[in-house]
Amino acid sequence: MNYLERIQAPHLDILKEVGNIGAGHAATALSKMLNKSIDMAVPSVKIVHLSEVSEFVGGDEMVVAAIFLRLQGDAPGNMFFMLPLEEATRLIQQVTDDYTISSGNLTENEIGMSALCELGNILAGSYLSALSDFTSLNLQPTPPALAIDMAMAILSHGLIEVSKAGDYAIVIDTKISDKDDTTQSKGHFFLLPDPESFKIIFHSLGVKIDE
Amino acid sequence: MSNVIQVGMADLKYANSPNKIRTSGLGSCVGLIIYDEREKKCGMAHIMLPESSLARNGVLHRPKYADTAIEDLVKRFVDEGSPVYRLKAKIAGGAQMFNFSSTNEVMRIGPRNAEAVKVLLEEYKIKLISEDVGGNSGRTIEFNPDNSILQIKTINKGIKEI
Repeated sequence: MNYLERIQAPHLDILKEVGNIGAGHAATALSKMLNKSIDMAVPSVKIVHLSEVSEFVGGDEMVVAAIFLRLQGDAPGNMFFMLPLEEATRLIQQVTDDYTISSGNLTENEIGMSALCELGNILAGSYLSALSDFTSLNLQPTPPALAIDMAMAILSHGLIEVSKAGDYAIVIDTKISDKDDTTQSKGHFFLLPDPESFKIIFHSLGVKIDE
Repeated sequence: MSNVIQVGMADLKYANSPNKIRTSGLGSCVGLIIYDEREKKCGMAHIMLPESSLARNGVLHRPKYADTAIEDLVKRFVDEGSPVYRLKAKIAGGAQMFNFSSTNEVMRIGPRNAEAVKVLLEEYKIKLISEDVGGNSGRTIEFNPDNSILQIKTINKGIKEI
């Protein structure tokens, strides 16, 4: 039987909590780094059909800066931290204190790209270590990889593993945003556990999933 | 009135002139267009995986895999009276979105998808007219069955036609 058919409302709530704890720690890390308040939205957990992924990431050609990490260990999966390109540029300007960086030249700016990659690494790292503590699972991220491209093209990379097992992906999505940001552009954490990992995550939290 | 038909991820759709057909955000996926120039008809598949044997359980979602997607495309054209020798193909996609030093097979899925599609086209004796595969950028593609032009958009190289 398909694993998705066994997932019910309480399970989705657990996954929400997973997103909440992970992104909460990441938001704190970002807030300390920038010395600013960072807001976090209540995580959403959605079961998305592959053909609907493009609407899900906010339009099919939305350009984002994304940091990708593959999780290894007890519960393998993929993790992305995505920011709209404009937002990523602003963040990098603040972090590097170099205001000559623009969304047009970011990819050619070695320091800027490196800072962005490191920023993503810190955020994703705090997400994961919180997750690992919460579940007492051993989770190790691969070194981060950075790409600036269409959101859907990037996300689809993380869906390859999921797509072997079915046509739906469980996406744990948490938005964070700058408190005094009026434009309301947001960063997203996407956690895409491999299909086999759900059972392990639920089990480690003491929740049964019917066989 | 002409419409643009949208093909989602792991999806397969058909279009007749004057309509166009497009799929967006091709990363490691491959967009395969098979068309009949004379009838001005085409079909497009957004392929995620090279072969259906990779599927781990139950019911196959056929458009997702290179082998089953091509089989369905060809069958539909033949059923509608287009002989296989008149069919032509164009492909785009199969990029490697992230540069990892790792040789992990998941990381190489883009090139593998493109390779699988090309081998299958050869097996079916369908002529591959043009291709834009590999690299490391996402692509949005739009095909016009009226003039058989495939337009490819990437974020840093603009628009090109093949």
